[in-house]
Amino acid sequence: MTLEIISFVVFALLAIASALLVITAKHPVVSAMSMIFHFFMLAGLYLTLSAQFIAVMQVMVYAGAIMVLVVFAIMLLNLGDEGKLRSGFNFRKLVAWFLGGALAVQIAVLLSNGALSNTAISEKASELGTAQVIGGELFTNYIYPIEIVGILLFAAIVGAIYMAKKNLPTEE
Amino acid sequence: MINEFILALPLLLIAIGSILVLMLDAATRNKQIVYYTSILVLLGLGISAGYTLQFDVAIIAQADKTISANTIFYGGMSAVFDIIFAMGGLLTLFASREYLQRNYKEINECYSLVLLAVVGMVVIAHSNSLIMLFLGVELMSIVFYILTGFFRNREHALEAALKYFILGSFASGFLLYGIALIYGSTGSLILSDISQQIASGNYNSIYLSIGLGLMTVGLCFKVAAFPFHQWAPDVYYGSPTAISGFLCTSGKAAALVALVVVAKNVLSVETSNVNYLLESTTARNILAGISACTMIIGNLSALAQKNVKRMLAYSSVAHAGYILMGIVACSTEGFYAVAFYCAVYLFMQVGAFAIVGFIEFRDEGNMLISDYADLRTTHPALAAAMACFMLSLAGIPPFGGFFGKYFLFVAAIKSGYLWLTLIAVVASIISMYFYIGLILTMYFKNNENPINVGKMQGTKLTVALSIIGVILLGIMPNVFYGLFNFTF
Repeated sequence: MTLEIISFVVFALLAIASALLVITAKHPVVSAMSMIFHFFMLAGLYLTLSAQFIAVMQVMVYAGAIMVLVVFAIMLLNLGDEGKLRSGFNFRKLVAWFLGGALAVQIAVLLSNGALSNTAISEKASELGTAQVIGGELFTNYIYPIEIVGILLFAAIVGAIYMAKKNLPTEE
Repeated sequence: MINEFILALPLLLIAIGSILVLMLDAATRNKQIVYYTSILVLLGLGISAGYTLQFDVAIIAQADKTISANTIFYGGMSAVFDIIFAMGGLLTLFASREYLQRNYKEINECYSLVLLAVVGMVVIAHSNSLIMLFLGVELMSIVFYILTGFFRNREHALEAALKYFILGSFASGFLLYGIALIYGSTGSLILSDISQQIASGNYNSIYLSIGLGLMTVGLCFKVAAFPFHQWAPDVYYGSPTAISGFLCTSGKAAALVALVVVAKNVLSVETSNVNYLLESTTARNILAGISACTMIIGNLSALAQKNVKRMLAYSSVAHAGYILMGIVACSTEGFYAVAFYCAVYLFMQVGAFAIVGFIEFRDEGNMLISDYADLRTTHPALAAAMACFMLSLAGIPPFGGFFGKYFLFVAAIKSGYLWLTLIAVVASIISMYFYIGLILTMYFKNNENPINVGKMQGTKLTVALSIIGVILLGIMPNVFYGLFNFTF
């Protein structure tokens, strides 16, 4: 057993356990916290795949920004008792079970075919996953797209400020 | 050797200019400066695009594209559309100033937002990569959401903006998913590479077909074509009138350019792969169906409208259907016709919306067709101009609208879509009813106290330029066709 496999097993088991906790926990804040934990474990999995940059992004964007939003929503809606929100059997649940089941069958078929048995991380992956390479690509081959993204975010911020501004100069 | 910076000048000018205008707005209290700088930036875009037009596309293709790494397409069609977008922005600015002053205290964000939307459109026209295409569409759409809800204290404006935002984001999701699948199937985001892959049959046909389908859904939403057109009337009706003209001409033209860019690289390619689900003819037949439904539904809904702004909004849905014919034809001729019609449509629709915005005066009064009765006695020039635009929209000969339709019809017939052309003719005949109806109301209906909304200042320029454009393109369509020294 190499270190790679050990770390993969640890991260994977913890990720599954925390994911189960997300959907079974009674209190929404516990769910949210275990979701943060789940995101950290996923970041660890990315690290074992030599994707350092995505691992860091995972922590920053999901565990940082998006979870803050989720926790804020829980706080503002004041969801103390989840029991009230529990609904019985509905169509949405049926679809969810169906899609989840389809995915499970798909994975089982792939495993039994042996399609996933012969997977190794390519040598190139560890070179491509670094922030250095991604930054280099972004500022050479993708210089136009990255600049346009800048303008897009700029426009969005201007719009958000305009829409949220308190006093519009309408009444003179 | 042509320097890449010269070729990219239109793109760089408008991108830097739009940000500069907003900075100026923050730095000075003088509103005049912001307004005139915006006009200068748009003029710069038009002139620099005209300058790059002189270069042959074949030579440009060999130009050293080290900076853009082939994500950008220069010259040719994109330069022509740059000029169209610059014109659209200018006409909108002229019309919106007076409109804003009347309805709202003049807010300078409007000018910079219009410029930012033009940046998005220019990016779409120049895109040779699906990333650039998506970013352009998104930039344009985000600015449009804001502009739609620009009059924040009007309820239906906010309703329209929210509707547009939610549905538009959904459509962007379709577009992005489609792009992802196309990337997965062909292994490239550069459109010229994708067409090479398709030609060599070296791709996954199922994913490519699904991806193309999803992309078409996303872009048809942005064009407001038939099954995805429901948002359009509400949005065009809810947004400030001077801006609705911008949304439904330049915005539509930009989305159509996106379709042209995709069609010329994907649909017009002969493939050697026999498993191609959505091969060229099938895809074009589906588009033809969309086009036919769009014109019929748009015109039939416009028939029932009593409100001039709503009528124009529905008729703009129908015009998207006409323009789609050029993409269905999927030939060089068809794409020329799309560019020509986009230019003509820009002039006539922006002109008509400018007049509606002027007549609505304050707080959205005078918007019913019956309010326009006997307009000739109080505003003879305005009535004459409106009549010109209506005749052009209906496609009556001396005006540009006639030649626009003529070129589209010819292109469609040459590619074997005679049935589509016949439907388009029927749709145009239906549209005569409400276009001519408005003229009859203005000239031959009596009104005890016809509306009088005072003198026009900035809007005059928009209307005059639009009239010149509509008549010039109608009398000498070859002037515009002379710009096409390129092949698609």
